[in-house]
Formats: sequence, C-alpha cells, structure tokens
Amino acid sequence: MSKNLRVKASRFIDETSRVSFKFNGKTYYGFKGDTLASALIANDVHLVGRSFKYHRPRGIMTAGSEEPNAIVQVNDNTAYTEPNVRATEIEIHDGLEASSQNCWPSVSFDIGGINNLLSPVLPAGFYYKTFMWPASFWEKYEYVIRHSAGLGKSPKVADPDIYDHRYIHCDVLVIGAGIAGIMAAKTAAKNNLKTLLLDEKTEIGGTTIYQNSDNFKIDNKISSDWLNNEINELKKIDNLEIKTRTSVAAYHGYNYLLARENLTDHLSKDKKKNKIRQRLLKIRAKKVVVATGSLERPLIFDNNDRPGIMLSSAVKKYTDYYGVICGKKNVFFTNNDSAYESAVSLFEKGIKVQAIIDIREKSDSSIVKQTEDLGIKIYWSHAVVDTHGYKKLKQISIMELSKDNKSVIGTKTNIDCDCLGMAGGWTPAVHLFTQSGGKLKFRDEDQVFIPNEYPSKQISIGSCNGDFELDKIIKNSSDSLKKFLEIDKTDYENLSVINSKEVNKKNIWLLPSDKIIGKTKPFVDYQNDATAKDIKLALREGFRSIEHVKRYTTTGMGTDQGKLGNMHALGIIADTTGVKMGEVGTTTFRPPYTPLTFGTIVGRNVGEYFDIFRRTPMNDWHVNSKAEFENVGQWKRAWYYPQNNETMHEAVQRESVAARVSAGILDASTLGKIDIQGSDASEFLNRVYTNAWSKLGVGKCRYGLMLNEDGMVYDDGVTTRLSENHYIMTTTTGGAANVMGKLEDYLQTEWPELDVYLTSVTDHYATASICGPNSKKILNKIIPNLDLSDEKFPHMSFKEAQIGKIKCRVMRISFTGEHSYEINVQASYGKSLWKQCIDAGKEFNITPYGTETMHLLRAEKGFIIVGQDTDGTMTPIDLQMDWIVSKKKYDFIGKRSLYRSDTIREDRKQLVGLVTDNPKEVLEEGAPIISKLNQNPVQMLGHVTSSYFSPNLNKSIALAVVRGGKNMMGKELFIPMEGRNINVTVTDPVFLDKENKRLNA
Amino acid sequence: MFIINCPFCGERDHSEFKAGGEAHIERPKQPTELSDDEWAQYLFMRKNIKGIQFERWNHAHGCRKWFNMIRDTSNDEIKSIYKMGEKPPLK
Repeated sequence: MSKNLRVKASRFIDETSRVSFKFNGKTYYGFKGDTLASALIANDVHLVGRSFKYHRPRGIMTAGSEEPNAIVQVNDNTAYTEPNVRATEIEIHDGLEASSQNCWPSVSFDIGGINNLLSPVLPAGFYYKTFMWPASFWEKYEYVIRHSAGLGKSPKVADPDIYDHRYIHCDVLVIGAGIAGIMAAKTAAKNNLKTLLLDEKTEIGGTTIYQNSDNFKIDNKISSDWLNNEINELKKIDNLEIKTRTSVAAYHGYNYLLARENLTDHLSKDKKKNKIRQRLLKIRAKKVVVATGSLERPLIFDNNDRPGIMLSSAVKKYTDYYGVICGKKNVFFTNNDSAYESAVSLFEKGIKVQAIIDIREKSDSSIVKQTEDLGIKIYWSHAVVDTHGYKKLKQISIMELSKDNKSVIGTKTNIDCDCLGMAGGWTPAVHLFTQSGGKLKFRDEDQVFIPNEYPSKQISIGSCNGDFELDKIIKNSSDSLKKFLEIDKTDYENLSVINSKEVNKKNIWLLPSDKIIGKTKPFVDYQNDATAKDIKLALREGFRSIEHVKRYTTTGMGTDQGKLGNMHALGIIADTTGVKMGEVGTTTFRPPYTPLTFGTIVGRNVGEYFDIFRRTPMNDWHVNSKAEFENVGQWKRAWYYPQNNETMHEAVQRESVAARVSAGILDASTLGKIDIQGSDASEFLNRVYTNAWSKLGVGKCRYGLMLNEDGMVYDDGVTTRLSENHYIMTTTTGGAANVMGKLEDYLQTEWPELDVYLTSVTDHYATASICGPNSKKILNKIIPNLDLSDEKFPHMSFKEAQIGKIKCRVMRISFTGEHSYEINVQASYGKSLWKQCIDAGKEFNITPYGTETMHLLRAEKGFIIVGQDTDGTMTPIDLQMDWIVSKKKYDFIGKRSLYRSDTIREDRKQLVGLVTDNPKEVLEEGAPIISKLNQNPVQMLGHVTSSYFSPNLNKSIALAVVRGGKNMMGKELFIPMEGRNINVTVTDPVFLDKENKRLNA
Repeated sequence: MFIINCPFCGERDHSEFKAGGEAHIERPKQPTELSDDEWAQYLFMRKNIKGIQFERWNHAHGCRKWFNMIRDTSNDEIKSIYKMGEKPPLK
C-alpha cells in the first residue's frame, strides 16, 4: 500500500482484512468496511471524475447517496457494468473495478477540459440558442452533441444478473435508521406492531453511531454508546425486520412504497455467483414513520467545486467513521455551528485545522467557545471568495463581509489548505414525504422546508422534520410517536440530553465576491455544471417559475436530482426576484430517490417471462411442423408452415391454393368464445348486434357485427343458437376480453333486468377449421354417422356429434368462402382432433395453413378483419355492409350514432377493393391513396388496409378505405411510392366467387 | 396505488380494478327520440373534476362486478363505495 492516510482504528473498519480493488486501472488497497470513496481518500486519490459540461476536475464531496461528483463506472467493458454509481455508496470488495466517467483520454488529462476555457460562450441554454439555425442542420449538430452528452456508458449486452420482487405488508414501516428511526422502530415493535426498519447504509445508527464526543450525552452516556445499547436491544425484538443497504425509491399514495434491497453488490465475484443481486420490495404499510434525516448544504462561492472541497459533515464522517484523513491542512467554511463539531473532532484526532471561516458576526454557543479554547483561528464575518489548485485544492482566498452582506471589503487573505469543509446548514430530506403527496411549509428562521400536511397515516420525525439538535430530536420524536402509534408512553420520556445549542443563525444563498458575477463560477448543481450565474441569466431572460428555471439551466436534473443545490437555486431566485422563499415553491420531487437499475424494476419478468403467452392445445403439432408463429394479443398463432426452405410468400401461395383446390386446415382455437344463457339471451343479442336475432332457429348460426355506442365497428363473429335459451358467441382473437367486458358492463349497469348469464369459454374449447372442396369428404371420414347433405346440414348451421367418444360441436361456417366446417371439442382433446383431421385428410393433401393464408383467403372474398380494415372510425355503412344493419329494430348499441350528422356524410372513408394495373404489383399495406398527380399540397384520400398477391386469381388484390370510395367504382387512382406512382382501379371489395357458389361446392 | 374496498370482495389492491369513467350517466331509454345534440351530450360529454368525482369501477381481476365510487381526484381519497343501482351517499 503506497499510502494509508488513517487515524486510529475505527470500529467500523476491519483493518485485519485488506481488500484490493482497481480504480482507473491502478490497484489500490483498502479495508473491509471502506467505501470506494473512503478507500480512495485513504490512498490520497482525490481527483475522481470530470464535470458534465466544463469537464472540470472533481473529487469526492459527500459521504452518502447525495454525492454529485464522485460517480463512477463499475466493471467497465463487462456485461455487469453499471454507470453513474456513487463512489460513496460502493462497498469495496476483492475484484472491484471502477473508473472515472466523462473524461478522455484520462481523468488526469481530459481533452474536454477545453470547455472550461470556453465557458464564457457556453451559458445556460447554449445548445437551445446556438443550434436552432438553420433548422435543416439539426441532424448534423445532433450527432456531435449526442456524443458529447451523457455521463457513463450503458451496458452493451443483456444484464446477466438475477433480480427479484417481494411484497411486504407491515403495521409500521420506519424509513431511516438514524437515532429517530431506531427510537421509532423499537417503540413500534415493543408495542406488538409488525415493524420493518429500512436504511440505505451498511450499518444502522445514522450519524449518532459515530458521535463519540463528550459534547453529546444521552442519559449520561456518550451518545454513540447510548445508541449502541438501543440497537442491541432492538435486535432482540421478534416482530421487527431490519434491512440495511435498502433504499426507499418511491412513496406512493395509500402507504405503498418501493424499496431497493441491495444483496450482493458488496460481495466479491465468487460469493455473488448465482445469487439475487437486488430485490425490489413492494411495501404496503398501515403506518409509515419517515426518519430520513437531512442533507448538509454546500456554500455557493466562486470555484466551490475543486477536489478537496467537501461537505463539513462528510469530512467528519470520513474521519470518525472510516478513520481516513481527508486533508492534512483543513479549513472549514460555515454559516452555523456544525462545522465546529467537525473541527473539534479532527483536532482531537490530531489532524490540523488551519482556520474556520464563519459568515456570522459571532456565536456564543458552547461548541464555539470550546473551539476557540483549542486555539483554532476563527475568521468572523468572512467569506471564501476564491479557491486555487487544479487537480487538488491548494489555497483559498477570504475577504471580510460588508455590513449589509452584499459585498466583500478589505484585502484578500490567502490560506493554504488541501481540504475545505463547507457547512451551509441543513436541508431536511423531505423527498419521500412530498412524493406521497405531503405539503411542505417554509420555516423562515432557519430557511428550511418542513412537512406540514400529511396525506396518509405517516409522520416525519428527527431532522427530516426540521429538528436538528439532539435534545429536540429525542423529545419531539418521543412525543410524536406516542400520538401516532396511540400508546401511553415511550422509553424516551424525561431522558437527560446534553448537547451544544446553536444561538446565532445567518444564511446567504449566494456569497458575495470581489469579482462581477460574470467572471465567477459559483456552482449550484455540481453534476450538471449549473452556476448561480446561469440561474441569474435565466431570470434576466424572463424565466420565473422554478420549474422553468430548472429545465433551462438543468439545475437539479442530474442523477443526484440536485439533492445538494436545489435549495440554493430557490434562494437565489427568491433573492434576485424579491419574492419570498416560501412563495417560490419547490420543484416536484419525483421517484426514485436514488437511481434504480432497470433490472430491479423488471425483476423476473425478462426473456420468455416478459409477457404471458397463450398457446392452443395444438401448439406442439405446429412447432413440430416447423410453423412460424405470430403474436395475436397474447396468443402465439401459427403464421405459415414453410416447407423445404420456402419463403413466407411461397408458403402462403402454396397454402392458399391448396385450401381452394382440395382442403386446408386452420387452428381456430384462439377465437374468443362466450357462452350466453338465459331466458332473455335472444333479446340481449338483439341489443348488442346490429342485426336481428329473435328469429334465428335452434341449430343455426349467424354472423353478427357489434358496434360501439358511437356507431363504429367494434367486433364481429359468428354466434350459434345451441338451444332455445343458449347461444355460443365467437369474437375476434384479439377482442375477446374486451367484448366480454363490454357485454358484462351493459348487462350489469344498463340492463340488469335481463335474465342473461355470460361465461368466457375461450380456453375451454379447441377448434379445427377444415375448408375446401374436399372438406366434406374428410369430415365424413371422421364422423361417418353425421348426415352432411346440404339439406340436413346446410351452410350456417350447427350439429352436435361424436368423434369416437369425443363429443364435438360442428358448425358449417366459412371465413374463406369455401365449403368448410369448424369442429369444436373440449380443449384437452384438441391435439387428438387435429391429428385425426390431418390423418383423414392425407389422401386429399390436406394442407395446414396459418393466419397469413387465412387473411389472404378472406381478402379474396372481401371479408373484413376488424382492426385491420377498420380502425375505430368505420361504421358498417362505411364498410358497405348496410345489409347487416337492421332497419326494423328499435334500438341496438350504436344505432343512434349511425345517423349523426357526421356519420351520414357521403364523403366518409369507405371500404373498396383496389386492383393494380400491373397485376404483378403488390401494394404496401398502409400506402396512401391520391386521385391527382402533381398536386401541391397532396390530398390523401385514404390508405391501403389489406394487400396480397392472390394465387387463385393470379393477380394482386387490395382492400382500402377511400374518401367517398363508394361512388368511385371503376375510377383510376394512384398510390405514390418513393420515386414512382402506382396506378390502381377501384373495384368491388369481393374479388372471388361473388355468387357464393363455392360454399356449397 | 390505492386500496379499493370492493363491495363484494373487500379490500384489494387497485391493480385488480379497472376504472370505467364517470358514474350515473344513464343510457337514454329512447335514443331515436333524441336530437344530435342530446345524443352527443350522452355520448361524449364527461366531467373531469379536480375534487369530488363520481366514478364507475370494475373489479376486473376479481369478481368482475361493477360498482360506484366517490373519489377526490386531487388526492385519491376514496370517500365512498356503493353498488350499482344504489343512491349515492353524498351529493
């Protein structure tokens, strides 16, 4: 180990187990318990990344999930790589490889750093303003901009890790295991409430767990010792579950929360093998205690971003918790007492503290007196105006503040230092509270937003509720818990608490400088390189709403979502515009609190589990016959059955001919089937279909068209009357669930008086449809005792029969225009039925055909497919299907809409057939249709909805919707394609067998 | 992410339910008697209130029953749930 900048052993770091890791290709060592950030600091590595826009050198700023700068790429160039991971959250382990982002060729020498010199010409909105003209150049600009934008690299291959989801129900969820959260969890669990305690860190205990100073005592014990006791007792309670490394991502309404539990990221490669990496917890809690603590604020001054400039609380945590030394010569810059705690802590460990720069005139608190007694130099009423050092802080310049705090006066004093701890006060972490719908209020005295109105059963306690001092946290949390959990007492009443009390408060959002603002870089959002100058520019340009300023300057839009600087942005807006801080409002806090990987969100729903598939009982046969499949809704349907390296076109042409010349067979099991029973079944059908049903005889089938109430075609299918009060309705494959829902809706809400019962039986039956001139002979072989004569079993009728012992329903109905039968059996007999049909059809060359051939065959007959030839704007009249709309029926769904002023227009788009002048030319589905060439602007009359080469007619055919098409028979139209126009003629949509002779062939 | 108390099944996660738009819009008994404007009023016009809204819901992945709900759309608070055909308990 080249360097090991450590103070005396910390109990959170195991100095006996050394861990080696790589950063930017170089090997370093740290100890078990280190984060990447603490291990790098121990190795004196402070330059960790480059900033987003100006490529300025950046170091580690915080010790938590709010880190804006030290974000790294983990395991680069592997399938396991992850960008934008906070070095402050990565626990080092053997084999860890991390690298800097946003720099080339290296973090130390980065070409993009030239942007820093160009910064005067790169103001907020630079890209918006510069690349507007000429508009046609955008595609060229975009290519370059996209390459220079973005932080890390996304993985190039599928994520090989395993992710999981888990539902948790609990009485009380406690978010955050700092002192307040531990009090809450213990109180809840001891009162027999099923409790879940979550914390994003490795250890529970928050900041108090490493608060070892005599200045903080609870019950006459040093606060960390007292808390350790509490934790030991907490772990003994049964009905409590504690999850660490678990970050709550989202807090939704009705106390529904999502949290990410990190299970293996801290383990070495061999230990994480075959284990679940992360688990998304879906938590439903009766009550929620939010104890998410607070985030320390930076201070906004010129060049406040150099490596070595950190949050004061982070300097303290690195020293007290990780036992590493951030700097050999430390300075603190503060507006409150908390920097003094850090300074004293460092001093006591023998680390040099050069000075404390305080913007206040004085402070009379005990901690400040103690600091003065230790001989640490304090500059009252001073501010840092500049910092020096490129890759690491070397020196700061300070000046005295004027009386009105609006400028700096006197001469500059330079102080050498390599670490500057900023303490700008505290921001309660109200993110989750506001996500849940909670309303904030602004507290003027210390300039914080705190929870005000709770939308569900929840409370915020501790510093996220604006209680920053130990005695207040304990007293107020105890009182709140008592009320919230409806209990008589807690363990924390009347505890004696000793801590320093802050008496003097002062805050300046943007510190004054000796330079004009245009010459400074006071960073507000470090990750996105948004400065106070940018915010002021946005205001000058007329932006007022905080949401607009945010988007224009990109303040708060990085992966850290502006956890550090958002409050300063608000403050600068308020100060500049003269509006009160509470009235500026805040930007919306959106989930997730910290970034989530996609893997965690999708969990197990990847690959074949991404979506549910439905397969018919005959599926194995199709697979064995090498069928290609297509998705229809959730169904996997056989699309076509290629033989001997046939193309799709060749296969479909062969199947289509076979079905008309001899026999074809289609798996129609996916069609929706609804069993309708009840004494009012006929009346019900009368109301839902456009045609009349009362006179349909038992054993007969009828095609029906169903409309929406707006008159547009919704679904179609054949319904069969099985007995007096019993029908079976078929629907389209994709529409089955919606039709069922719609029918139930009308039955339950509009017509509850009807005696009708609906049952979805789609999955209960398997259907084989055999068609073609030889279909009758094939059916006769399977069911010899069924009379198939046209007299006994005419088209559009139904028979019950038996194939051996298998009961079946046979409908003589046709979607191809051929003589055909649909045989329905119980689903479990589907495969057997199919095999019998194939065997019986062998001598007739029965040809299995898929959905593509089915579509071609029906198009030859001009039969529509709802959803292909219709799109929710077609009435039956538009489809030239006037014959199916009953004139006699008083009412049916959609009837009134058929003579609205809009639906009776003559120039609506209407379904027609199209034939191309060149019979070999097959139109593209979706192609536009025009009537005049060289027209500007082009008037589109409609589009092609279905188009095929018909092998049976030996020419190209198409269905199309054309404005006023009904009156255009024989008219020449044009299909404009790239570089040419195709001439077409409007025809009747029925291309084959207009007389329906083949049905009885 | 709310929890809905289905009047037939009890409390269930809202992912089991389907929203069905504004409640208490009765299909006209004699549509043919209506003018285009009157029919359009029934067909197209729906309220979208920020605040108390009367809605239809369906327990689609449960008992498949339709029922009515009074919900505050500004904060998703469910004020009341009642069966189809019952009078709304609030005005």
